[in-house]
Amino acid sequence: MDGQTRLGMLHRLLVLFWPPPQTESVILSPLSFSIYRGHKIQHSDWHKEPLRIMDPECSRLLPALCAVLADPRQPVADDTCLEKLLDWFKKVTEAESSLLLLQENPCLVELLSHVLRPQDVSPRVLSFSLRLAGTFAAQEDCFQYLQQGDLLLGLFGEAGTLGWAAWNVPTVRSGWIQGLSSLAQHPSALHFLADSGAVDTVFSLQGDPSLFVASAASQLLVHILALSMHGEAVEHHSPQGSAWPTCAQKIVGHVEESLRSTAAPQVTQALNVLTTTFGRCHSPWTEVLWEQLSPLVACLLERDPIPAGHSLVDLLLSVARSPVFSSADCGLWETVAQTLSRLSPTQAGPLALGTLKLQHCPQALRTQAFGILLQPLACVLKATTQAPTSPGLLDGTLGGSMTVDALLSSKSACAGLLCQTLAQLEELHPLPHRPSPWPQASLLEAVVTILQLCDGSAAPGSSVGGRLCGTLAGCVRVQRAALDFLGTLSQGTSPQELVPQVFAVLLEYLESPDSSPTVLKKAFQATLGWLLSSPKTPGCSDFGPHIPLFLGELFPVLQKRLCSPCWEVRDSALEFFTNLSRHWGEAPTLTQQLLRDPESYVRASAVTAMAQLSSQGLHATLASPEHPEAEQGLLREFLNILSADSEGFPRRAVVQVFTQWLRDGHAEVARDTEQFVATVLQVVSQDLDWEVRVQGLELAQVFLTQKLGQPGHCPYTVALPEAPLPRLRPEVLRTLCQPWLLEFAFRALFDCDRPVAQKACNLLLFLRDKTAPYAGTQETGDSPHLDSMEAALQRWQAGEQGQPLGDPEPEAMLAVLRSLDLEGLQGRLAESSDHVEKSPQSLLQDMLATVDILEENEADCY
Amino acid sequence: MLDCGLDMTSTLNFLPLPLVQSPRLSNLPGWSLKDGNAFLDKELKECSGHVFVDSVPEFCLPETELIDLSTVDVILISNYHCMMALPYITEHTGFTGTVYATEPTVQIGRLLMEELVNFIERVPKAQSASLWKNKDIQRLLPSPLKDAVEVSTWRRCYTMQEVNSALSKIQLVGYSQKIELFGAVQVTPLSSGYALGSSNWIIQSHYEKVSYVSGSSLLTTHPQPMDQASLKNSDVLVLTGLTQIPTANPDGMVGEFCSNLALTVRNGGNVLVPCYPSGVIYDLLECLYQYIDSAGLSNIPFYFISPVANSSLEFSQIFAEWLCHNKQSKVYLPEPPFPHAELIQTNKLKHYPSIHGDFSNDFRQPCVVFTGHPSLRFGDVVHFMELWGKSSLNTVIFTEPDFSYLEALAPYQPLAMKCIYCPIDTRLNFIQVSKLLKEVQPLHVVCPEQYTQPPPAQSHRMDLMIDCQPPAMSYRRADVLALPFKRRYEKIEIMPELADSLVPMEIKPGISLATVSAVLHTKDNKHVLQPPPRPAQPTSGKKRKQRVSEDVPDCQVLKPLLSGSIPVEQFVQTLEKHGFSDIKVEDTAKGHIVLLQEAETLIQIEEDSTHIICDNDEMLRVRLRDLVLKFLQKF
Repeated sequence: MDGQTRLGMLHRLLVLFWPPPQTESVILSPLSFSIYRGHKIQHSDWHKEPLRIMDPECSRLLPALCAVLADPRQPVADDTCLEKLLDWFKKVTEAESSLLLLQENPCLVELLSHVLRPQDVSPRVLSFSLRLAGTFAAQEDCFQYLQQGDLLLGLFGEAGTLGWAAWNVPTVRSGWIQGLSSLAQHPSALHFLADSGAVDTVFSLQGDPSLFVASAASQLLVHILALSMHGEAVEHHSPQGSAWPTCAQKIVGHVEESLRSTAAPQVTQALNVLTTTFGRCHSPWTEVLWEQLSPLVACLLERDPIPAGHSLVDLLLSVARSPVFSSADCGLWETVAQTLSRLSPTQAGPLALGTLKLQHCPQALRTQAFGILLQPLACVLKATTQAPTSPGLLDGTLGGSMTVDALLSSKSACAGLLCQTLAQLEELHPLPHRPSPWPQASLLEAVVTILQLCDGSAAPGSSVGGRLCGTLAGCVRVQRAALDFLGTLSQGTSPQELVPQVFAVLLEYLESPDSSPTVLKKAFQATLGWLLSSPKTPGCSDFGPHIPLFLGELFPVLQKRLCSPCWEVRDSALEFFTNLSRHWGEAPTLTQQLLRDPESYVRASAVTAMAQLSSQGLHATLASPEHPEAEQGLLREFLNILSADSEGFPRRAVVQVFTQWLRDGHAEVARDTEQFVATVLQVVSQDLDWEVRVQGLELAQVFLTQKLGQPGHCPYTVALPEAPLPRLRPEVLRTLCQPWLLEFAFRALFDCDRPVAQKACNLLLFLRDKTAPYAGTQETGDSPHLDSMEAALQRWQAGEQGQPLGDPEPEAMLAVLRSLDLEGLQGRLAESSDHVEKSPQSLLQDMLATVDILEENEADCY
Repeated sequence: MLDCGLDMTSTLNFLPLPLVQSPRLSNLPGWSLKDGNAFLDKELKECSGHVFVDSVPEFCLPETELIDLSTVDVILISNYHCMMALPYITEHTGFTGTVYATEPTVQIGRLLMEELVNFIERVPKAQSASLWKNKDIQRLLPSPLKDAVEVSTWRRCYTMQEVNSALSKIQLVGYSQKIELFGAVQVTPLSSGYALGSSNWIIQSHYEKVSYVSGSSLLTTHPQPMDQASLKNSDVLVLTGLTQIPTANPDGMVGEFCSNLALTVRNGGNVLVPCYPSGVIYDLLECLYQYIDSAGLSNIPFYFISPVANSSLEFSQIFAEWLCHNKQSKVYLPEPPFPHAELIQTNKLKHYPSIHGDFSNDFRQPCVVFTGHPSLRFGDVVHFMELWGKSSLNTVIFTEPDFSYLEALAPYQPLAMKCIYCPIDTRLNFIQVSKLLKEVQPLHVVCPEQYTQPPPAQSHRMDLMIDCQPPAMSYRRADVLALPFKRRYEKIEIMPELADSLVPMEIKPGISLATVSAVLHTKDNKHVLQPPPRPAQPTSGKKRKQRVSEDVPDCQVLKPLLSGSIPVEQFVQTLEKHGFSDIKVEDTAKGHIVLLQEAETLIQIEEDSTHIICDNDEMLRVRLRDLVLKFLQKF
């Protein structure tokens, strides 16, 4: 048996039996490993071609599968198989005629008929069959075909599934609804729905105990409504509701009745149906629908308490967003305004935010909505007797008492309302059409006050303030939301006199021993935002006038945080410091010690921080008598981490830093770049972490790019007139073909982790393309180097990693490079590792095989 | 008497007692009055604008004027910090009662007292200042000396002999043990979760229950967790010993402690932790045990210097039953419950009785020193303050909340070393108190006045006070409070033979009554019903019989007792059935009057009496009476 056949067999064996070791790993088959001098032999790659949707093999397997499904003694163990099967049938019916499919595969109809005998079928299969029937019946001719045998009526009619015991299983009800949703695509289906009484069942399913079923029922109603209106004259002429099709009238009537109901759940159901309707359907008839129903919706506002507040908000926003209403004056804005004033602050908030995000809403309403959004903050400011700096925006009195009540009712209500308000304002802040004028100063004051209330440093001037102080003291949720918002506010022009207050409160949080790690992280983020957005002043400092003073106080705090017993704190402090040091040159002396932190995340952050310092030339300042190793060069320290650290994060950080250093021409690297890259790649190639290896390939890529220039196949580069390619100098070629570089890349090509192999493949492609002109001029003949290289590569692919590449000539290297089918490999690597298992044939086989195994087990039992 | 703590803040008015001669302290200038009069300059010294008494430190004793302590029968101790005044009470007031405390409380309390005595006795001071205490002179002194209260009652430290004698009067008790006090009440210690052996006390009679909650903690530290369930159903809950620093969260403070410690040591400085030899130090050592490796402090020596350091570290390991569950289970592995054993084994933690001797040979810097006393007025800490105070590389970290760190540092000014205040007080804060009160639901809460209002420095923090319904009763120094309950019932036991003779009758479902004739015997606040002595046998002599009948009240045949009520309508029907006619019923304020007009008879029915009024017709009366009795139950 010659080598090629052997490898070919190996290939097939791997394809068939190699279980993927992990989802992201590659099946070791793709490299068509036949290196023959000067030409490539391609393996048949049948699995690269798109599989026929319903190929004869699948057709052959279907009857057996249907038999299995119909057989109650052979339960389907894994219902994800059924989902996959359904997906496949959907794909098939999208491409082919369902009718043809059923006629060619009568077993499918048999299966559907079989499930009409409910006692024999598991709920799982029943649900599947209902959905399958719906999928087929989506095509009108197929629908008619199935109707002939009353199959659909049996499955979906009142005499069918509804009466069965299995109806109590939510999956079956869900399958019933989904089946109906699928089949409701054509006028025949509409008649069927009307005649079969299915719509009434859908009404009742809106209140189903299973939320999935209830939600699907609502969606189905909207679907049916839209379908019945579709294609009718009403779609374009929008006559009054009384002229609508019966089915639509029935649904609208039901919604109207629900809206009049005193039971909140029914009102919610009706509002949800309407919300979906206006969200999905943007035909003129929806305007008629709103005209007809809006008085009923307005009536809801007169009830006390208002039922289904959240759903009401959703509905109003859905209507307001619909393009149908963009120009029409249909009383919508009055209803929104009324709702805003009637709802509780917590419920009104989302409506106010939604309103403010609308492009075409009247200014008065925007003002009202913004007032409501600002109300809680106005209350906070009022309670702490700080007069807002921009009057008229934060001193609204409308609904103030309701907001105060909400704030004081309980700790959770207070925190909830404030967090919601802060998050909403944060969302609004970057929008181009946010309310104008934007009360930046008042918002800043309010958020600073909230932060002070939370840490007990505020001085409340009223009893409300005192109670707020007690309620908010130590409330981490509010602290986080307020710090987030404070950070966002840094992106704006703030009055200079407020900036010291902001820095003071930030410093309080950074200093406080009671700040939880998450709060501290947010405080660091907000601080960075304020530091970087601070107006730059021309002169020695990069920062504004407040900054040097603040940094002077911040530094001891940062030092202390770097010593925190809590690793999250050390990590966020380091991260903050790394970001800060890009703009400001001072180094906490402790950073280097954190390279030996017990927590790997902290070590990784320390690596980044130290690299940052080193890039800024600050590393030398860290050298201290206690730590002589600092003087011995950071490079050695990093290499030590790369080769010895037990966790992946620090090692990944080191390779990233090295790559960056190589890009930037860092002094440590520039001294002897080749030696540097060689050393790093040698260590990286031994690493067990695939991300480290990918990073190593990135480093190699940067190295090659620097030697050879940018890759030429970038799709975004403008093609310049072809210039004659400069000849590669032999010494460059020799550098590129250094065994340490190519050996690393070739080994990575056989890596069991797909991303590594992909990256290596791209790297080698780049190298091959760049060296192609050079190689073209050379004749690659037989050489002992080439033989030994091929032998080595074959062993590597076979999993024997021991043998080194030796020290081949560059020409031999390039010959090997050219002999590989790298493009083919690249294509195959791009496919996910389970592409073979994903084929429908494999799915059908699997399902059948599972049953066989179950049968065997059963036999074993006896 | 509930607890007898010692107010040691008085010592802050005194100059520190250095272990070795301190030129700085001995050269402090004497203080003179504004007019230049320097007659006090031997007693009072001035340091950085503060005036200190140059004398042996003195302590402020518990109130002795209000109550004659010789009349106190029992002292209940809740934790070792609350017994430091015991020798003053038991040895100098004529006290003859009993003291109750748990074993760890006594053992660790002894260590604290021993340390205190040792600290003060080993640096004898010839001078004892008393002139400044004269009320007329005290008025002229600057604050805080001017405002010090009851200075005349301040006393020097007790001796070891007095300590031993005082401790010998303590009766050891265990958690949940019921101790009868003169039959009047029963007291029970419960775990309070604050320190080894720390207790809350339940004082209860049969119908009343008072809980004394002092120095409790709901945090998970080394002691057994707090027993809350047993505090339920209290009539009164006396609440004291809450955290002194309600705004400082112990977890945050421990983090702050570790960060500052590491920061100092990494910068080449030394860390001084003034502390008590027991309590929080165990938790700190445990935190450091987990922290030092991660912070790269493995090579930094930790020194624990106290005359009782060794005993404290070892005692902590043997009180397994008083520890939290986690630590208890370690004992069965078997492992020492506290990880400081391992620190000692690996030589990371070393302990010494004092700076003299071995310590001076082993001493290596930079290092971390735990030593007393937290007041910085005596103990080895004085030496380290003098030694390290001049360098800003060093740090003193205050963890004990009992003393104001600024006042403690006053005689060391000017001071270059950094000062960090990380008070770690694990006792209940106000949030935990309101949770506890919600859980336990006492009818009334009694607490010091300070807890019922926000701290003066943070008057807006309405969350930093006790908020309960009904509002807590507060007391201040020397207030006399009447606890809001009355003793209404006493429990009486019935002797079995007497109980046997009773014949209960069920008058309502579930309620039976019986009449009892017995002799009530009361002794030691216990009441027992005994069977009455039998009448003398007829065979005995006449004289004797007479005497017996004199002693014992005649047991006459008693008429049956009646109960129940008479339904008027049915009664009238019955009367009619029995031939009475012309019956009229009138309603009165208290009941009804049934008029038998024909018989000229009147039956007055009220809630608790029925009268039959008829003219000299006994037959009729008896008939009517029997009809009435039919409606009533007899026994």
